[in-house]
Amino acid sequence: MFKDLFQKKKYAVVPSERTKRDIPEGLMNRCPKCGQIQLSKELEKNLKVCSGCGHHYRLNAWERIAMTLDEGRLFEIDENLVSEDPLDFPGYASKLEQQKANSGLKDAVVTGEGEIGGFPVVIGVMSFDFFSGSMGSVVGEKVTRAIERATEKKLPLVLFSTSGGARMQESILSLMQMAKTSAALAKFHEQGGLFISVFTDPTLGGVSASFASLGDYILAEPGAIVGFAGRIVIEQTIRQKLPDNFQTAEFNLKHGQLDKVVPRKEMKAILTKLLDMHAWKGEPADVQ
Amino acid sequence: MSSELPFERPLAELRKKIDELKHFGAEKQIDFSDEIARLEERYKQLESEVYGGMSAAQIMHMARHHQRPTSLDYISLIFTDFVELHGDRVFADDLAIVGGLAKLNGMPVTVVGHQRGKDTKDNIQRFFGSPHPEGFRKALRFMQQANKFGRPIITLIDTKGAYPGDTAEERNQSEAIARNLLEMANFGVPIVCVVIGEGGSGGALALGVGNRVLMLENAIYSVISPNGAASILWKDASKADQAAEAMKITAKDLLEFGVIEEIIPEPQGGAHRDKAAQAESIKEALWRNLQELGKLSPDELREDRYRKFRKVGRFGTAELE
Ligand SMILES: [Zn+2]
Repeated sequence: MFKDLFQKKKYAVVPSERTKRDIPEGLMNRCPKCGQIQLSKELEKNLKVCSGCGHHYRLNAWERIAMTLDEGRLFEIDENLVSEDPLDFPGYASKLEQQKANSGLKDAVVTGEGEIGGFPVVIGVMSFDFFSGSMGSVVGEKVTRAIERATEKKLPLVLFSTSGGARMQESILSLMQMAKTSAALAKFHEQGGLFISVFTDPTLGGVSASFASLGDYILAEPGAIVGFAGRIVIEQTIRQKLPDNFQTAEFNLKHGQLDKVVPRKEMKAILTKLLDMHAWKGEPADVQ
Repeated sequence: MSSELPFERPLAELRKKIDELKHFGAEKQIDFSDEIARLEERYKQLESEVYGGMSAAQIMHMARHHQRPTSLDYISLIFTDFVELHGDRVFADDLAIVGGLAKLNGMPVTVVGHQRGKDTKDNIQRFFGSPHPEGFRKALRFMQQANKFGRPIITLIDTKGAYPGDTAEERNQSEAIARNLLEMANFGVPIVCVVIGEGGSGGALALGVGNRVLMLENAIYSVISPNGAASILWKDASKADQAAEAMKITAKDLLEFGVIEEIIPEPQGGAHRDKAAQAESIKEALWRNLQELGKLSPDELREDRYRKFRKVGRFGTAELE
C-alpha cells in the first residue's frame, strides 16, 4: 500500500549532474590520507572508500542518498526552503549564492521519504559542501519538519549528520534551532518513534550538541570526526597538542559515545537490520 | 580595580570634578552650591546620553563587567531557605553550575544557574562559569527532581559557553547539552529562564529551554561569543566589538526575533550599581511569570514550550524549477 502511495508522487531521482559535480575532475584520484592513486571510476565503485587505507571520502547529500535508499529514490520534501539574511549580516547574502552555485543545493540538508531495505523511513541527509553543513533556520526547520513527519506518520527516522556547527551569520536564530529540533525529538521519542542517527565526517558544534546526539542508536562512519568543540579551540584552551585520533569515531567509540562504527559498505545492511528488528510485530516463532 | 568601562569615563571624570569642588568648598568654606547644582544637572544629562544610546559592543562589556552580580548573588537576594545541592551522581561536582532548592515568596522552587568566579582563584575552580558535561548533568538532575516533585524551575544563565577542553569532549559534551534540550522540552512544570549576564552558545541554551525566557537589559545572548565569531570570520579576535554589532546579541534584538519574552530593566549604569534593586525587579518578573504559568496543566506547559521554540527561525521559499 505504501508503495502505491509512493508511485503517485513526484520522485526526485538522484540527478546525475549533481552527483557528478563532486567527483574529482579527471580519471585519477589521490587519497588524501595514504596518497594512493586510484581510478576515479574504481573509487566510485568502492563507494568512495580508498582501497589502500580505507579512508572514507566525504559524500554530498545526493551521493549518500544514492547509496542508502532503495534504488536511490527519494520523495523529497521542503526542497523549496531557502535561507534569508535575517540579521543583514555582512557578506551572508552573497556567500549563500556562492554556496548554492558550488553545491547545487539550496541548503545544507536534504529531507524526504524513501525506503531502506524495503522499510519506509523519513530521512534527512546533511551535506558538508553547502556552507560547511552549518545549521541555520532552514536546516533547523527542515530537520524539525522531517521529525514531525515521522511522528505523524509513525515512521522510523534516519538522519545522516555532517556539520561544522551553527551558522554564525544567523546568530541567535541558529542557536535556537538546537532547541527546536530537540523539542521535536522529545515528542517523537515520547510516542515511541525509532531514530537512528549516523555521524559522518565531520559533525561538530550545534548539530552534534542537539538532534544528532539524541538517537536511539548512534552509528558513525570510520574515521569521522565528531565532537562539540573544534580541535583548534581545544588546543588553545588546554595549551597542548591533541593526539591524532582525538574525536575520531574510533576514539568516541572507546569513550562510550557511540553504538557502533560502521564501514560505508555495511551501512545499508546495518540500517536494514535495525529497521527490521523494530518493524517486527508478530508472534515468536515456534521453538522446537 | 576601577569599575568604569571606557565609555563611562566622561561620567567618572565629571563625578570626580563635582566631588573635588564639594571638597574644596567645604575646606575653604566657599559656597559653590550653584556651580555644583549646574554640574549635577550636566551629569544627569550626560548619564542619559551615555546609557541611553549604548551600542551592542558597550552592552557586551557591561554584561561582562567584573562587578556584575552572579547567580549566587541573586539567589541570596531573591530567594529564602536556599539549600545548595551538589554533583551529577556519576563523575563530579562541577562548580561552574550551582543550584538547589529555595523558596520564592514562600513557594518552593528549584533554582539552577551558571556560576562565574568572584576572583581568579574562584574562577579557576569554576572554570570561569563554563560547564563540563558533569555540570550540565548536575543541572539536569536538579531539574528532573523539580519535575518529579512538581516544583517550578528557575534558571539563571551566565556563561561564555560550554567548556571547550579535551576532558569535556571525552565525557561527551555534545550529548550532555543535547540531553538537557530534550529533557527540558518534556518537563511538565513551569520553567522560567533569566539571562543575567552573558548567554554564550549551547552552554547557555542547555539551561535555556523555558516557557519564558527573560533577559536583563544589558545581558547578551548569542550563538558564539563575538570574540569567537570575529576570529573565525575575520581571523581577528580583536574585532569582537564589530562582531557584537553584526550578530544582534542584545535583549532588544532578541525580543524582536521572538526568542525572549521580556526585558528586565537595569539600574542606570548596570546591574552592579544596585544589586538589591536589580534582584527585586528580577524577583517581581519571576513571580509574575510563574503566577501566569501556574494556571497551565503539565501538558499545556509542554505544548506552550514547544510552540515557543517551534516558531523561531526565519527563511524564505524559492520557486522550484
Ligand atoms: Zn587511502
